[in-house]
Amino acid sequence: MEATSAGAMGSPRPDLYRTRTRRSTGEAAIRYALLVAALISVLTTAGIVFSLLEETVVFFGDVGVGEFLFGTKWTPLAGGESQSFGVVPLVFDTLYLTGIGLLVATPLGIGSAIYLSEYASPRVRRILKPVLEVLSGVPTIVFGYFALTFVTPVILKGLGLEVGSFNALSAGLVLGVLVLPTIATVADDALTAVPGSLREGAFGLGASRMQVSVRVVLPAALSGVVAALVLGASRAIGETVIILVAGGQKANLTLDPAVAMQNMAAFIAAASRADIPTSGPKYGAIFAVGTTLFVMTLLLNAISIRFVRRYRQVYE
Amino acid sequence: MNTAAERSLSRKVVERASSGRRTKDLMFRLALLFSTSVGFVVLAVLVIDVLLDGGSRVSLDFITSPPSRISPERTGVAPALLGTIYLMVLCAVFIVPVGVATAVYLEEYADRDSRLSRLIEVNIQNLAAVPSVVYGILGLAFIVRGPLGLKPVLLAGALTLGLLVLPVVIIVSREAIRAVPSSIREGSLALGATQWQTIWKQVLPGALPGIATGVILALSRAVGETAPLLVIGAATFLLFSPDGLGSRFTAMPLLIFEFISDADTDLRAAGAAAILVLLALLVVMNAGAIFLRNRYERKW
Repeated sequence: MEATSAGAMGSPRPDLYRTRTRRSTGEAAIRYALLVAALISVLTTAGIVFSLLEETVVFFGDVGVGEFLFGTKWTPLAGGESQSFGVVPLVFDTLYLTGIGLLVATPLGIGSAIYLSEYASPRVRRILKPVLEVLSGVPTIVFGYFALTFVTPVILKGLGLEVGSFNALSAGLVLGVLVLPTIATVADDALTAVPGSLREGAFGLGASRMQVSVRVVLPAALSGVVAALVLGASRAIGETVIILVAGGQKANLTLDPAVAMQNMAAFIAAASRADIPTSGPKYGAIFAVGTTLFVMTLLLNAISIRFVRRYRQVYE
Repeated sequence: MNTAAERSLSRKVVERASSGRRTKDLMFRLALLFSTSVGFVVLAVLVIDVLLDGGSRVSLDFITSPPSRISPERTGVAPALLGTIYLMVLCAVFIVPVGVATAVYLEEYADRDSRLSRLIEVNIQNLAAVPSVVYGILGLAFIVRGPLGLKPVLLAGALTLGLLVLPVVIIVSREAIRAVPSSIREGSLALGATQWQTIWKQVLPGALPGIATGVILALSRAVGETAPLLVIGAATFLLFSPDGLGSRFTAMPLLIFEFISDADTDLRAAGAAAILVLLALLVVMNAGAIFLRNRYERKW
């Protein structure tokens, strides 16, 4: 807080130094208190990384990294000979369930976004968008109940499909409904950010509304729309309860959506509720899977941030 | 000059071309309407399904009595509902000061381009995308065991959920603070107020409706979370209500999980009824947020 710019004038008069008063000390103290609060979020990240890595490192002392990453048999909670720590089935199921979800949510989400930004009147849009956001506020345990007691027995079995009471199809479809509002609202933001002059130019050349939407606005907002999809994927990958309730308790390395599947997050929740000792590879498996999940979502998030930056750079 | 025949021919050509275009446009429009309606239809079907399954079970008794496996037709949700309300209050006590302080620091004090504030900013963005189950692992390793060693008690649950929804509070509060025009700050500073006096007496009151909305939204997310509480080892079925920060607890989503994982049809119906209670709580909270926004939000 000292005045340092004395310059050619020689040293400044002493009464021009800023003196420390009670008021200025208080101001500085408040500033540091606020900084400490802001650092809590940094500490949270550090805490997450540390708590994951600590046990993961111990885990890889017992189980080889290669065995974990490339093994195709995932039975970590079993005893003796049948215990195996190959994470491939769990990762496969996670991606497979996310894939089913995105298969549903991508066309519907982008369709809703195009409708909201290009077709709906401002009044309709003002009503529809918040209702869509309500859908994303429904607790996932409710979606789990819906998948277990309605989608599987009423819809899937009603259509004559031979599915188990826990199956990947039902969990995946409901997962799609869960991420639909995320994709729709983020993609809608990207589409509305496209300047009106592009639309007017296309309309002036005689393009129809559909041509404007599909050939002009959508390509212009493509990086934002991709970011929306990546964000949706990252939410689907990390979802726990829907899969825990309706997907089943076992990771299956199969393409058959009628059988039970378990994703990484559901494994973490199920295993931490199982009666297992708080050390050893069974316990460590929770953290090793957690690390894998954390790294995957972090990568997806980085990709999505990059895409968002790109479309911002173009139009703002 | 065109002859009448030429004119009618060219009109026919144009009409045929545009009628094909019109059908295609109409089909596209219908497809878009269909996509948009799916979300709403699912929401409606979901609510009706839960109402049909559990509507008849909701009563004052259901809310005030403890759960029971022995007589599933008379089971209630009292300990879980109280647990959820306590969690919400404790969570608010934690996230309001920390979240608002972070937002104030980032908006009013931090040098935008300094490495530290960029680090904090990227960090908050990333935290918002971390799956909730990973926060459960953090809670398990740091709060329940490890350094804090609290065991799976009410305070541990509230802290875990608080860390989970903190990014929401920070992001929304920052927007609210940013919306207060700088002329307000400049006026206050020109009158001799210090920076903190300006923030405390001018900026925060102006941003309050936005901040309150953000806090309610964050809390309604915390209330609906199941995964982190499962991971930290909170009880799913508890006969007594929590009686202090160090008491074992359960919460509505956990009890719902317990009920609907059971094959007993009476317990499943109770699960649906508990879902209705939870949804009602969320509707009240969101209505509160909307009311606050409409009633107090200032347009500068």
